[in-house]
Amino acid sequence: MITARALNTKRMTVPVCHDLAIGNEIVGMHDSGALWWPDQSALIISDLHMEKGSSFARRGVMLPPYDTGETLERLAALVEVFRPRRIIALGDSFHDADGADRLPRSYRAMLSMIQLGREWVWISGNHDPVIPQSVGGDRCDELTMGTLTFRHEPTEGPITGEVCGHLHPVAKVRRLGRSIRRPCFATNGNRLIMPSFGALTGGLNVMDEAWKPVFEGKRFSVFMLGSGRLFPFTASKLIAD
Amino acid sequence: MLPEKFESWFQSRRWHVRPHQLDLLEKAKLGKSALLIAPTGAGKTLAGFLPSLIELSSDCDRETAPPRGVHTLYISPLKALATDIKRNLEVPISEMKLPIRMETRTGDTPAHKRQRQKRQPPDILLTTPEQISLLLADKTSASLFRDLKTIVLDELHELVTSKRGDLLALGLARLRTIAPDLRCIGLSATVAEPDDLRAFLMPQGLDAETPNLADLVLAKTGVTPNISILETQQRLPWAGHSAHYALGEIYQEIRDHQTTLVFVNTRSQAEVLFQELWRINEDTLPIALHHGSLDVGQRRRVEEAMARGELKAVVCTSSLDLGIDWGDIDLVINVGAPKGASRLAQRIGRANHRMDEPSKAILVPANRFEVLECQAALAASTAGEQDTPPLRHGGLDVLAQHIMGMACAEPFDADELYAEVKTCHTFRTLTRELFDQALNFVATGGYALKVYDRFARLRQTKEGKYRVSHPKIAQGYRLNVGTIVADAMLKVRLVKPQSARRNKPLGRGGRMLGEVEEWFIDQLTHGDTFIFGGEVLRFEGLNENEAYVSRATSSDPMIPSYQGGKFPLSTYLAERVRTMLSHPDDWHKLPDQVAEWLELQKLKSKLPNKDRLLVETFPRNNKSYMVCYPFEGRLAHQTLGMLLTRRLDRAGLHPLGFVASDYALALWSLKDMGSAIETGRLDLNQLFDADMLGDDLDAWLSESSLMKRTFRTCAVIAGLIERRFPGQEKTGRQVTISSDLIYDVLRSHEPDHLLLKATWADAATGLLDISRLSAFLTRIQGRIDPILLQRVSPLAVPVLLEIGREPIYGETNEALLASAADDLALEAME
Repeated sequence: MITARALNTKRMTVPVCHDLAIGNEIVGMHDSGALWWPDQSALIISDLHMEKGSSFARRGVMLPPYDTGETLERLAALVEVFRPRRIIALGDSFHDADGADRLPRSYRAMLSMIQLGREWVWISGNHDPVIPQSVGGDRCDELTMGTLTFRHEPTEGPITGEVCGHLHPVAKVRRLGRSIRRPCFATNGNRLIMPSFGALTGGLNVMDEAWKPVFEGKRFSVFMLGSGRLFPFTASKLIAD
Repeated sequence: MLPEKFESWFQSRRWHVRPHQLDLLEKAKLGKSALLIAPTGAGKTLAGFLPSLIELSSDCDRETAPPRGVHTLYISPLKALATDIKRNLEVPISEMKLPIRMETRTGDTPAHKRQRQKRQPPDILLTTPEQISLLLADKTSASLFRDLKTIVLDELHELVTSKRGDLLALGLARLRTIAPDLRCIGLSATVAEPDDLRAFLMPQGLDAETPNLADLVLAKTGVTPNISILETQQRLPWAGHSAHYALGEIYQEIRDHQTTLVFVNTRSQAEVLFQELWRINEDTLPIALHHGSLDVGQRRRVEEAMARGELKAVVCTSSLDLGIDWGDIDLVINVGAPKGASRLAQRIGRANHRMDEPSKAILVPANRFEVLECQAALAASTAGEQDTPPLRHGGLDVLAQHIMGMACAEPFDADELYAEVKTCHTFRTLTRELFDQALNFVATGGYALKVYDRFARLRQTKEGKYRVSHPKIAQGYRLNVGTIVADAMLKVRLVKPQSARRNKPLGRGGRMLGEVEEWFIDQLTHGDTFIFGGEVLRFEGLNENEAYVSRATSSDPMIPSYQGGKFPLSTYLAERVRTMLSHPDDWHKLPDQVAEWLELQKLKSKLPNKDRLLVETFPRNNKSYMVCYPFEGRLAHQTLGMLLTRRLDRAGLHPLGFVASDYALALWSLKDMGSAIETGRLDLNQLFDADMLGDDLDAWLSESSLMKRTFRTCAVIAGLIERRFPGQEKTGRQVTISSDLIYDVLRSHEPDHLLLKATWADAATGLLDISRLSAFLTRIQGRIDPILLQRVSPLAVPVLLEIGREPIYGETNEALLASAADDLALEAME
């Protein structure tokens, strides 16, 4: 039943992406927070944090158990639209090491429906260093395709053609006395940090100290997620939390 | 009637026992619960305690008897009140040498003393509702309270109108189970519905229609207060809330009286008024400031100086509506609109806490509408009418917290607990289904997708009773108990001003000035100036959970911090104002300026009819304006504005924004709304149809930040997410975010979840005031008077002047982002 719902809701007709040159490739940033690489027919999503709800529930904090369902529904809708040949999950796909084992049967079914007939790559993250065979797909710590390298955590220092997640970038702008805070892509042209795709994932403001080693000074831009479009800002226009 | 010892003590103090004190004694002898309604200064507290003092003093075997539980519990909304009452009661106890042990228990009580209190309970324990919940969640609660005879509930009218009252009611039900013979004595100021309070004090049976009522004891009312509206020589402003025009006159009154309390409605108003008063304070009168976000230590110092009679005046907010008695206040000035007749009465009661002298109060309206409101409040006061809010329906989030507490105390049987909860007047209509839903929520989160059973926080024993599954759960409960969930606050710390280049890290912090709401700081950038703690400050930046500020050189704050009245205009006062407007014969009571203003409105437009809705349209600056006058308070108007904007947008009229005051709502659009009404393209009856509370409301709620804020509060109270503690503020900022995400996920996957029900119930009466909006829409259906004007009407001027002072709504976040991004594009092309 849940699978049927996933296919029927949030149907998108035309995939609209914001093109970005990185490494020697052109990739498209989608307003869902996913990255589309047409040359490789690859869809990249980062930080799904599946089973975050149940991870908290284990500790007695009964967050809703629907986050995985929500995340997979969104992903299923994207796959419908892009019909990618391969999907790359950029790490922290599960909120904790046991997350994959806790995956309820119905969600496991949704996941394998999405994986059916295409390549699926799990890149390991700090939350999910080991992903069990039961959830299908291939595993690796990092993946290089063409001039792009996909890994979960950004490496320190300058680098070209790196696509990562891990930091859950959000940006905040102020306008007419109101501030708006949204997840975003963050890039300096050499490195791209993707927003978290999971339903229950918070974010870290790109003005935070933790970003210092990632981008030098304020020489980077963000693309805030909107509905049907992205909103570009240079870092100098952003405010801290 | 009194035992000899007490009789002679009263004589030694030259006091007479008051009739209501004897009445309460009589009720106690009969073992009856009672509600005492008495004005301040009527010896209310002594009346409440007298039966207990007498009973305990005649108990001669006490010295030899085995240790026993608490005899009398005193519960007040303020811990300061508990401490103060203890001090007052110590006098008769020591002077009559009564063998009574009396102790307080508040958040400040040290751990070792709390432990001892459980082992050797005092005879009289003075405490707060939260402490009662904590004690009841303890294994020792049954032995601690088995000998309980009397509960004295102070300021009951204040307690029952909030979620604290819900929690207290549930606590009372448990106390009655432990000690079935106990009596409750409620002490209250005058209220609109005394029967609500009488029912609150009693266990209720199955018959919900005719509740059990505690006996009622009415004290003789005090002398009628002497209230006047400031007769100003100055021009009365159209709009605004500062009452700047009356500054000199207020100062004069302060000088002419012994001690004055100056009440205002918001913290920022208090800040501004305090600063302005000092600017003209040529006699350097000792005038102080008191409001909820000042540093606690600073507030205590002000209170102590006040008690010693060292202050000439205190500018304060509702932070001093309640509190300990200060005898020497001879004047209360209420600046701005009183918002409610009973609230005003309570504030006025702070002056002259002696029955035989009239309290003196002056109302200072800040604008013309407020003149009407003050006049209405004055009439209500003369008529002795009250508009205290009705009793709440018990909150489901509070119920969830209570269920967890009960499981922490000892394993419980669900049927028994349900029956016990139902004895609360505020929970008497609770269905078993809802109760079970709450129980499920506590155990496993209460989700339809049952995947959390193995993580359950409550498990059933062999006998089918519910117990906590892990001691950590009980620990978590103790840390999160209570129903007061504060806005996220940031500490304000004074630092040295920063140079324009901000390469250096911010300097080490200096003095702490107090706390300010996070949303306020959110709108500031480096260099913005604002008023806080009576000073103009410059925002330097954020460091973790602290806002760094420096003293500003200019005296003009850039950021207007007025955020509207905290309390919306009461329905009762609103009706009086509407009546006044539609009776020109009564206008002679109003100041000439105001009467002329209304005459002009009659001439240029129409007067709002008492039972109808006046809707004016007029063009201005190439935009079309629509102003309506519901008089339902700012919160209901904001909700109405949001919903009307959606509808006008659908009608193709391109609404651009709206602004709401307590009295009126103004919307503006690109397309001509006047001609749309005239040609019948826009049907006002349809526009204002109550069905907007269906789909439109639902669609708006999914994105409403007010709704998300309400949800967060419910989630914290119900124990879904944890409360923040000092030192954890940083994680607190993350909690705010994730509670929004939880709200989104729940709304789309389980819209009937217990927490969404609780949130909805709160929003209906709270920040969105939907219940009031609904009543209004029904009332005016088919009774709308449109009038097409060529220019703004006199009555519309005040609300239009609010544009720029009040937040303007309308543009969605998406549109704002787009325009911000477009700015950037322009810049790039230059």
